[in-house]
Amino acid sequence: MTQQNSFLGFVHRRRRGAELFLLILALFVGIGAYAAVGLGVEGEVPADIIGYGGWLAALTIACHVVVRLTAPYADPVLLPVVAALNGLGLAVIHRLDLADGTTFARQQLVWMTIGVSLFALTLIFLRDHRVLQRFTYTSGLAAIVLLLMPMLPFIGVQKNGARIWINLGPVGMQPGEVAKVLLVVAFAGYLVLHRDALALAGRRLVFVDLPRGRDLGPILMMWLLSLCILVFQRDLGSSLLFFGIFLTMLYVATERPGWLVVGASMFLAGAFLGYKAFSHVQVRVDAWLHPFDDFYGSGNQIGESLFGMAWGGLLGRGFGQGSPSRIPFAESDFIMGAIGEELGLTGVMAVIVLYGLIVERGLRAALVCRDAFGKLMACGLACVLALQVFVVIGGVTRLIPLTGLTTPFLSYGGSSLVANWVIIALLLRISDQARRPVPDLSQDSDETSDAETTQVVSLR
Amino acid sequence: MNKPIRTMAMFCMLLFLGLLANVTYLQYVAAGDLNDASKHPENRRVIEAAFSRERGAILVGRNAIAESKESDDKYDFQRTYSNPFMYAHVTGWFSFYSQSGIENTQNSVLSGDDSRLFVSRLVDLVNNASPKGGTVELTLDPDAQKAAFDGLFQNPELGNDVQGAVVALEPSTGKILAMVSAPTFNPNKLASHDLESVEVEDKKLNDRADEPKLNRAISTTLPPGSTFKLVTAAAALETGDYDADSMVPGGPSYRLPGTNTSIGNGGRACGTDKISMTQALEQSCNTTFLALANELGQDKLRRQAEAFGFNDTSLEDLKGQAQSVFPTEEISDDFLAKSGIGQQDVRATPLQMAMVVSGIVNDGVVMRPYLVDEVRSPDLDVLDKTSTEELSEAVGSDSANELRKMMVAVVENGTAGVAAIPDAEVGAKTGTAENCSACNDYAWFVSYAKKDGKDVAVAVMLQKVQLSNAEIAGGKLAGPIAKSVMEAVID
Repeated sequence: MTQQNSFLGFVHRRRRGAELFLLILALFVGIGAYAAVGLGVEGEVPADIIGYGGWLAALTIACHVVVRLTAPYADPVLLPVVAALNGLGLAVIHRLDLADGTTFARQQLVWMTIGVSLFALTLIFLRDHRVLQRFTYTSGLAAIVLLLMPMLPFIGVQKNGARIWINLGPVGMQPGEVAKVLLVVAFAGYLVLHRDALALAGRRLVFVDLPRGRDLGPILMMWLLSLCILVFQRDLGSSLLFFGIFLTMLYVATERPGWLVVGASMFLAGAFLGYKAFSHVQVRVDAWLHPFDDFYGSGNQIGESLFGMAWGGLLGRGFGQGSPSRIPFAESDFIMGAIGEELGLTGVMAVIVLYGLIVERGLRAALVCRDAFGKLMACGLACVLALQVFVVIGGVTRLIPLTGLTTPFLSYGGSSLVANWVIIALLLRISDQARRPVPDLSQDSDETSDAETTQVVSLR
Repeated sequence: MNKPIRTMAMFCMLLFLGLLANVTYLQYVAAGDLNDASKHPENRRVIEAAFSRERGAILVGRNAIAESKESDDKYDFQRTYSNPFMYAHVTGWFSFYSQSGIENTQNSVLSGDDSRLFVSRLVDLVNNASPKGGTVELTLDPDAQKAAFDGLFQNPELGNDVQGAVVALEPSTGKILAMVSAPTFNPNKLASHDLESVEVEDKKLNDRADEPKLNRAISTTLPPGSTFKLVTAAAALETGDYDADSMVPGGPSYRLPGTNTSIGNGGRACGTDKISMTQALEQSCNTTFLALANELGQDKLRRQAEAFGFNDTSLEDLKGQAQSVFPTEEISDDFLAKSGIGQQDVRATPLQMAMVVSGIVNDGVVMRPYLVDEVRSPDLDVLDKTSTEELSEAVGSDSANELRKMMVAVVENGTAGVAAIPDAEVGAKTGTAENCSACNDYAWFVSYAKKDGKDVAVAVMLQKVQLSNAEIAGGKLAGPIAKSVMEAVID
């Protein structure tokens, strides 16, 4: 591949100017939505629009500068899309704040600042994503510890039926969101090493080569871990997400669809067991099938969300003209219901397409990436976003049973926002690596081959 | 690894396409159903929006008796009734919790959702204006309505706690010209945006024993008493054996078949043996019509009553019309005799008795009564005009003529002299019904007037007044009310 590139002389353009232009458009979305919320709810542009807009612009431009300096060849579309989503999410949370008298938007802006800082730190200190391969088992262990933390007696907190929160003094966090990133790193590192063994076919059934029985260990372990999350933390969403992402990466690493067959059957078995054994799963499924049967009970959230989205119709009511605060937890899991009501089908479609762009740009980075670890990691990160978006938006719009996950970049929630900013940083890092021109080794070797026995290849 | 990555890219695209298809279904295809308050009464967004919407006006003549006025509170428009007590039972109320009357039955027009308002909705959509509701023009005659209202409420003789109703119809079309029920209420209080006060007021109204929300003109059925003798007479005429001058059984008393009970005539001049049918009606001779009922038999009497609209409902513009009743199961002869004078098992609404008179005036044809004359767009273009409809041919034209002659005689020589209007043809029939010895007597008065091509049929029913039973007589109490309503229409 490297050979090919240099022969064809194809070099990716940096396109940093395009990124800046798109970022300015994204800022229009974020600040414009904030102003629209003020106009719609209170009839005037918010007094703090300069301060708010300035801060949002500063964060966005800071991201751009960091990318320009540390990852000049990175994909130019990812950052603007994320900035637009984050800005829109802030505006919608602010709109719900005005209705409910809460201050989630202010806190979310703080979280965004932290997220952007971590984004910058990741890009600055992680000059080569392959470094992460060293931490395969470390991050795997860290992920498991994080996932176990909510089960611990003092810091674990049960909220709304799911035990996925930990309480660290003044701040609460959802360790699952951070574990998501660590797990992708761990899977990528593990699978890169063991893909050959796992790719060995066992028995052939109809058209698929099924894996050998003795290779089932890792997938079985992941399956059990997911079931544990479902059972002990009552968190359908994360359980589905973790198993799904492992399965995806396993398939990509081994190129064997047989793993998908095995995994899908295990998933179905797990889902069936979960449905039979646990009332909280049954409640979710019932609320999915008949949201209006128990409208004032278990079906309230999904029912109000459906009413809200139907009320929004094609073009939406406009900010301040609907009643999105009727939906319980509209600022977190159900933010799409609020967007559907006030921005309509148009707004919802725009958001879904933006997510689609992130995912496909991420997969594109995976495609052009030169090393297997990078490919796997980029693919895993992109697919984790895709799955999460599908599971949460599908749940809110009653395509699938509701599972309870945050909507990346939109929902209120610090852990999720910070983790997703880091995911974007990693994707940018991989795409920068993938798109930057191959260092020209020929000239160097001519002049310095005698002087040095080892080549130093500058990455910058 | 690129092949599975491409596969995953396709798979993710499918996921997102699934999401897009599903939201399109939800927010476009299924939205109509979800936003339909009748299918999803728990959808508060729709209810609140409907409540704050600019509804169309309800017009009587040129005046809006119900209209939406801009409001600066939580809801954009306040439903306001300009003459609340007079029209309460017709307009009904438009409250956050419920609607009644025309507000209820014409809701789709008033709210702007009716298919006939499609163009106007489209224009509003293009102009980005909030959709306005259509206007409903009623058949009511404001003068007749006022006369009926004043007759019930501004009458010191009846007292303040009067219960009763007045209905006036235009016989040739079925238009309802007046409809008043007493006691009444203030729909403005139920339409208020102060929802707590609405609940208090609603509870207060519901707890009252005299049921002010009840539209007695269409929902209360009582024994029609002697006014029902018109139906018995009609059945007799229809046999072809009788006309207005035919001699019919009279006499001072009639012993009910199979019993020892005799019913007399209250001292009115009903001869000793045979009298003319005209005289029998003039003097409201019980003996005559008790005997006629038995002679005709239950079937003929029931068929005649049903031809006038008994045992069925006819009004589509208001909900809650009660069926007037003539027994369909076989009854004994003594009961049948008493049914012939509108007692025993016969029940009628004031509207039903007005329809009986209307049929007689309109050459025997009963028209379907209606309240909504025209439906108009927000710009007052007429979108729909109710066409008149024949409900039934109750009697032949000859019988109708004879009945009219007899009703005129009742005014000229009989019990209904109070209703006479100079220069107009006025026919009437009084009634005083008793259901039990201990309860109130009900005073009835039905009449019609014709002058210069205008005609009107009126029924007045007084369910409870402050007078003792001895003082209650249909003609004396209810007659003047009917007269003033008729004058309001024909003058």
